[in-house]
Amino acid sequence: MNILAVIGRLVLALFAEIGRVALFAKDAVAIGLTPRFYGSQIAAQFFRIGYTSLPVVAMTAFFTGGALALQIYTGSSPTTAATLVPSIVAIGITRELGPVLAGLMVSGRVGASIAAELGTMKVTEQTDALVTLSTNPIKYLVGPRLIAAVVSLPMLVLIGDIIGVMGGYVVGTRSLGFNGAAFLKTTSDALHSDDVTSGLIKAAVFGFIIALMGCYHGFNSKGGAQGVGRATTNAVVSSAILILAANFMLTSLLFGKN
Amino acid sequence: MAEPFIKLTDVRKSFGPKNVLNGLSLSVEKGRSLVVIGGSGTGKSVMLKCILGILQPTSGAIEIDGQSAVDLRGEARDAMLRRFGMLFQGGALFDSLSVWENVAFGLIQGRGLAREKARDIAMDKLGLVGLNADVGKLYPAELSGGMQKRVGLARAIAADPEIIFFDEPTTGLDPIMADVINNLIVDCVKRLGATTISITHDMASARKIADDIAMIYKGEIIWQGPAKMVDRSGSPYVDQFIYGRAEGPIKMDVLKT
Repeated sequence: MNILAVIGRLVLALFAEIGRVALFAKDAVAIGLTPRFYGSQIAAQFFRIGYTSLPVVAMTAFFTGGALALQIYTGSSPTTAATLVPSIVAIGITRELGPVLAGLMVSGRVGASIAAELGTMKVTEQTDALVTLSTNPIKYLVGPRLIAAVVSLPMLVLIGDIIGVMGGYVVGTRSLGFNGAAFLKTTSDALHSDDVTSGLIKAAVFGFIIALMGCYHGFNSKGGAQGVGRATTNAVVSSAILILAANFMLTSLLFGKN
Repeated sequence: MAEPFIKLTDVRKSFGPKNVLNGLSLSVEKGRSLVVIGGSGTGKSVMLKCILGILQPTSGAIEIDGQSAVDLRGEARDAMLRRFGMLFQGGALFDSLSVWENVAFGLIQGRGLAREKARDIAMDKLGLVGLNADVGKLYPAELSGGMQKRVGLARAIAADPEIIFFDEPTTGLDPIMADVINNLIVDCVKRLGATTISITHDMASARKIADDIAMIYKGEIIWQGPAKMVDRSGSPYVDQFIYGRAEGPIKMDVLKT
């Protein structure tokens, strides 16, 4: 009996939360992504979300590309390895691993800091102060972060794609003994523009998720330092899960059946 | 009696099962200074946030200058908010911006003034609260509590608002600094001719800045009258509060030992 009540309560809480996130997303888009735009805020967030995430994304991509090359080499026969390693590294990185890993890394880095910053602004009444200074907090705080994340994530992923393939190339030519020119030729033959663009579309969606979750949990944090800490954790966990779920849906949408 | 400038009628606000405002009614005439006194958790801050539209009242009417302030949207809400200034309890200064940018924020972002012009006005206002131009370049984290309050006051009056709210203006300050802030508030309000609502539990501050005093208890106004009448209110609740007695009709939720 009690078990049912507990399950019921959890399900209700889950749906209530989904509803609140949806309403917040509606406001964020309707208010944050319509004029007027705060140019200097967008530039500052672009620097913070995009530029400062470059080293993390680059390292992740490089090592993932390298590890991928090693594993595919182990799994393929000596005759097929020379074609399989470059093509699977290229497709795997551009379609899946590049955007997903970049998204997860950025959500840990940027999503957390957005939630902590906005959460602190919320509990110290800075967001209320914005209202009394004739400035809409959603327009001033959420809009620039959404725009910056949606634009900078695809750019990060594009750079990550290149570095990831390079990681595979370095491992392939240095430790697996492939011919460098042949490796690059096979890579470019295997790669189609769809592989890259699908990854960039995913990246833009992930950017939206990261900024939205960071802002939502920041804006809804209550009760001082502990509340801000909780908001930070929730922002990272929820954006990581949403990124993985959205990735599955986008993959089946973009590549399903055909 | 003059038309009330700010008028709250039977305002109720609840958070889930908890009723914070229980049919609160209040009015302030133009150019008067009303101080709302009351203990912690009696709904003082919620009342101010309802007037500003940061919180939506569950029911009741809020009128400012004869115009309803509930459920305003878009341009109408912006226009209404431009008439307000507010000094927050903790200052609520933007810590990513320098002091002068804080003071000029409403002028630049809210009203679209040029930075240079806004900067001049901000420096002017800092002067009014007794801070010199060098402070303008500092960041809020580099200031003492009293200085943060002064910057908050400068920011609240930067756009010459018609209505100013003060949320616990003297809380957390030493008695001397508290009096300095009280004097600044009285000065600034007189200069602007603004209508003000202050909430406080500091009686010294209330006596200094109030034309009228109202007492809030359990989300209702239980007494309102001229400041000099507060000692002869005839209300045991008010007496208990202004003399700071633990015994009386107001029972604190503390565990008895």
